[in-house]
Amino acid sequence: MKRFPDATSIDGEAREATIGLLYRLADDDMTLGHRHTEWTGLAPILEADIAFSSIAQDQIGQARAFYTLLHELGEPDPDALVFARKPEDFRCCALCTLEKGNWAFSTMRQFLYDMAKQLRLQHLAESNYEPLAKLVRKLRGEQKYHVMHGHMWISRLGDATSESHAYMQEALDAQYGYALGMFESNELTAKAAKHGISPAEEQLCDEWKGQVHEALELAGLNIPQNATAKSGGRIGSHEPVFTTLLADMRSVYELDPAATW
Amino acid sequence: MVCNTTCMNDKPGDPGYEEHLAAFEERVAKGDKVEPGDWMPDAYRQQLIRLIHVHANSEICGALPEGGWIPHAPNLKRKLALVAKVQDEVGHAQLLYRAAETLGKPREEMIEELISGKAKYSNVFHYHAETWADVATIAWLIDAAAIVNQTMMAEGSYGPYARALKRICYEEAFHLTHGYDMCITLSRGSKMQREMLQNAVNRWWKPIMMFHGPADKVSKHTELLMRWRIKLKTNDQQRQQFLKQYLPKMHALGLTVPDEWDLRLDESTGEWTYREPDWDKFLSVVRGNGPASALRLRTRKMAHDEGAWVRRALEAASGRERVGATSAAAVN
Repeated sequence: MKRFPDATSIDGEAREATIGLLYRLADDDMTLGHRHTEWTGLAPILEADIAFSSIAQDQIGQARAFYTLLHELGEPDPDALVFARKPEDFRCCALCTLEKGNWAFSTMRQFLYDMAKQLRLQHLAESNYEPLAKLVRKLRGEQKYHVMHGHMWISRLGDATSESHAYMQEALDAQYGYALGMFESNELTAKAAKHGISPAEEQLCDEWKGQVHEALELAGLNIPQNATAKSGGRIGSHEPVFTTLLADMRSVYELDPAATW
Repeated sequence: MVCNTTCMNDKPGDPGYEEHLAAFEERVAKGDKVEPGDWMPDAYRQQLIRLIHVHANSEICGALPEGGWIPHAPNLKRKLALVAKVQDEVGHAQLLYRAAETLGKPREEMIEELISGKAKYSNVFHYHAETWADVATIAWLIDAAAIVNQTMMAEGSYGPYARALKRICYEEAFHLTHGYDMCITLSRGSKMQREMLQNAVNRWWKPIMMFHGPADKVSKHTELLMRWRIKLKTNDQQRQQFLKQYLPKMHALGLTVPDEWDLRLDESTGEWTYREPDWDKFLSVVRGNGPASALRLRTRKMAHDEGAWVRRALEAASGRERVGATSAAAVN
């Protein structure tokens, strides 16, 4: 299969698929990173507060790195992509846009998301789009800590007390369908797989289920049965909460979009 | 003499107190650091607990006005810098509660006293951050005022507090740079941005003038704190140092201070003269009657209450790990 060493060497369907993939990666990290920052100063203990802020910064930093790759492919610059793009042009999955909820909801989401992200990065390190593979190899260092953090919280809270178990089970039940929505597939994701830019979403989803179910069961939690994937994010059809998220994010910027802040 | 946190003979009238006190004051005057196990007058311990507790509370309450603006930061650079800054403030609270714990007061008790309104925190965090320019003003001028105070306190006599402050000051220097950069950007921006910044400075100037605490002539703790080298400069000296360092920088950005403060540079002394802040008002604010006081405590209490189940679970999980470790050891 053909490899693409830089932005100028990729065109046609492969280029279109790469751009689609980068939007999915960047928009997921950006929206979830934004949600994570809503805990800064408010987490249950100071140490957890500090750790969650670090993950939020990593995630927004990773979003910026993916937006930068998009910019190299001729898309607008990272700030314009975050602050001035049309809402329907975002490709984040619904899971990342949901409100932060309680600590159980946010740590469960962080776990489910970062397990998927880790698998994705593992495959993307071999992507035929070489600038992406190169970037991903750097990101995997910090991703490892996000996964450890997520594991730590679900295993601690999953069966520590009946109260914490109930909180974590409720969080899992509420978002499992949304988590399946991370792997929404369409023509564009199929093209990315076809050109070796990214693994097939179905394959990732199976691998993710294997790892995540085992960890959740070890933590004493029950895997929701018959959950249906909440999809739509990958084609720009978002939950109403996404509109509020963008409005919050842009409230200062929109006072004067032409200004330097 | 070495003792634990419930030290004996540390109050006036106790047997041997005067001798211990003389030796203690001689050490402190030489610049020696006092460490947690060392003999210290109870009044020294209590003053330090009070100061460090207020400082820690200020860090955690200070995370709120700025933290509330993280979701609204207008570009990626500012967003990342602001999360990092507020995270640092939470980290400072953690360091400081730890330093206060070395004097015998548990963190949980200090947090309970904060949210019940019994313990104080800095006057500046009793005000609302109304606009993005308030975030810039806080990060520049309030952190600058805090650095004046904390670099001085970092030379103080209590080892754990002094060491925590050294690290805190190092990070605060970054915050100041971040705040100054935001203020420079706004001051060079559109008319709307310049007005936004000037309005923020106008709103914050009163709390800033009060930040270093009551004037020396009315400050009740200063004399003792200076004798024991907990504090090396008076409140008025710190305020003067702040004005000398930062008024010229503000003027260079085209910023002014409201006329009512009557700030004038006395050419003969090189010092700034100003209208004395209303210290009764200051005391009322730090006792919980500032514009944002109720909101701050409500937010802290909500975060504390909503996190209670998590803390209970962590305690249960760590208890079980300990039991597991013990039974594993018994088997081996």
